[in-house]
Amino acid sequence: MTEVSHQPAPKTRGNFDHILYVLRANPVTLIAFGMFALLIFSAVFGPSLVPYDPLATNAANALQPPSAAHWFGTDNVGRDVFSRVIVATRLDLSISVAAVALSFVVGSVLGCIAGYWGGWPDIILNRFLDTIMAFPLFVLAMGIVAALGNTIENIIYATAIINMPFYARLVRAEVNIRRDAGFARAAKLAGNSDIRVLAMHIFPNALPPMMVQVSLNLGWAILNAAGLSFIGLGVSPPTAEWGIMVAEGANFIVSGEWWLAVFPGLWLMIAVFTFNLLGDGLRDIVDPRKRT
Amino acid sequence: MLASSPRLRATLLRVAQSIPVVIGVVIISFLLTRALPGDPAVYFAGVAADTASIEETRVAMGLDKPLVQQFFIYVGNLLQGDLGQSLSSGRSVAADLAKRLPASLELTLSALILAIVIAVPLGVLAATRPGTWVDHLCRVVVTAGVSLPTFFTGILLIYIFYYLLGIAPSPLGRLDFIYLDPDHVTGFYLIDAALMGDWETWRGAAKQLILPASTLALFTLAPIARMTRAAMLTALSSDFIRTARAAGLTNRTVLYRYAFRNALLPVVTTLGMVFSFALGANVLVEKVFAWPGIGSYAVEALVVSDYAAVQGFVLAMALLFVALNLVIDLLYTAIDPRIGFSSK
Repeated sequence: MTEVSHQPAPKTRGNFDHILYVLRANPVTLIAFGMFALLIFSAVFGPSLVPYDPLATNAANALQPPSAAHWFGTDNVGRDVFSRVIVATRLDLSISVAAVALSFVVGSVLGCIAGYWGGWPDIILNRFLDTIMAFPLFVLAMGIVAALGNTIENIIYATAIINMPFYARLVRAEVNIRRDAGFARAAKLAGNSDIRVLAMHIFPNALPPMMVQVSLNLGWAILNAAGLSFIGLGVSPPTAEWGIMVAEGANFIVSGEWWLAVFPGLWLMIAVFTFNLLGDGLRDIVDPRKRT
Repeated sequence: MLASSPRLRATLLRVAQSIPVVIGVVIISFLLTRALPGDPAVYFAGVAADTASIEETRVAMGLDKPLVQQFFIYVGNLLQGDLGQSLSSGRSVAADLAKRLPASLELTLSALILAIVIAVPLGVLAATRPGTWVDHLCRVVVTAGVSLPTFFTGILLIYIFYYLLGIAPSPLGRLDFIYLDPDHVTGFYLIDAALMGDWETWRGAAKQLILPASTLALFTLAPIARMTRAAMLTALSSDFIRTARAAGLTNRTVLYRYAFRNALLPVVTTLGMVFSFALGANVLVEKVFAWPGIGSYAVEALVVSDYAAVQGFVLAMALLFVALNLVIDLLYTAIDPRIGFSSK
């Protein structure tokens, strides 16, 4: 008994050392983790910390360039751009996290079924995924939102659908190569049901590459959702959201009021950049060989 | 004859493989037109429609029939090139799209050419000089490129080159109003103007094109550069390169005759994914620069809830993308002699 309880300790320690080693070797990943923490912080506490109400208009104070009172200036109806940019973090992150979570779950289930049992579910799934991938993905998202109706929930569904093939394919491949592995057969012989073997023994092996995919996908999902709201889908005007703020600010860029569009755009870029760096960093930890 | 030419057979096989994809695309776009909440006839008849015109639309589109029958009517209409009527323009969607397609293609293709011209040498340089400034530049460009929202890059470029420096024309469409549109031959202003020998107009069109094309190119650069670098590194570390070096071939010959030609194959494969991104980003860039292509047409249609136009656009883009992928795969067969002799 004592031996069993001792065994996990060195392994965890090894993993931890490896993570520390990778972080030390690649300070960029450390910075990415720091930026990630900052994003989460502004999403959680931002709305209660910002200096101004993001929706409060003040016509007397419209289109002011950045100053000490308004760090990012004010927009055409006198709202504080800094407050709006920070408050928008919560909405933008929620949309992309919800979408990615949805595609993660649906993709995992479909991928598991196709990879474990094969046969006609596999063929149908592959055909279906091929068809989704045959659309330019952003255009398909536009079509879905246009068809389902112009709401934030539908932005989430559309983003989830276009992300789903990546997860389903990944899980299908990871499950398929382990379907007949020794440990899976042993678990089956020990009397576990197919579903239990799949969920408890095979699927966890797909999690590390999935985490990398999640991180890379989050950045892409944010870009996608912001792009959709930039063309006027989903989020409606008074709401603070990065894409729509850039769209509104675009009208003022030709007359030189750059701060309206540049700051939300910059924040959007930082968020996407963070998730991309994080994804690359996680890949170095999970699979050092795939480093490019 | 088929048996005697394996390459022809492989080509036909590849063309045949895209048929189920096209069928799937048509099914999905049919479902999208019928997935509208409530009564689709109300949406397709438009905001100002009365009961009579809604009923008329319902019968005209066959919405009173069972779903399967509706699908066959839809396919029948598609085969005749009928994508429905646009409510905002009053013309057929197919005609509207056909009129605006050259503008989008001109923008997307010039952006892709620009991206390839910059990204491929950058990737090759980064792979042959690992750890130098070129390599670092490549890494920065690759990571920044995929993080940049295209619409934001476009706005930033407008601010810098139009407002601050004043060297770019105002970001409104394909040609300044002081020029006359060139005669319609291909619909590509640069080609049409060149055919007419009207270099004044050519310069005007090129000026308008530079900013949107650069915006789109910045975005598509990243995956191409990344893939070129990775493919070049793989090729350079392979056995045949070592053999070629050992045989005393010059560095130049090894790099371009052997490594680069082999590295080209995975790069061509990524072009499919790049096209998917480029066609999507195209919509955003067209909106930013008021470019009169099919992307901005769809965005305008979305604003006024012109569903036939939006769904027609989605279907047209998907078919275009399937066709592009087919061309890429055929190109791949043409440049890689190993493919095509063994059927899958």
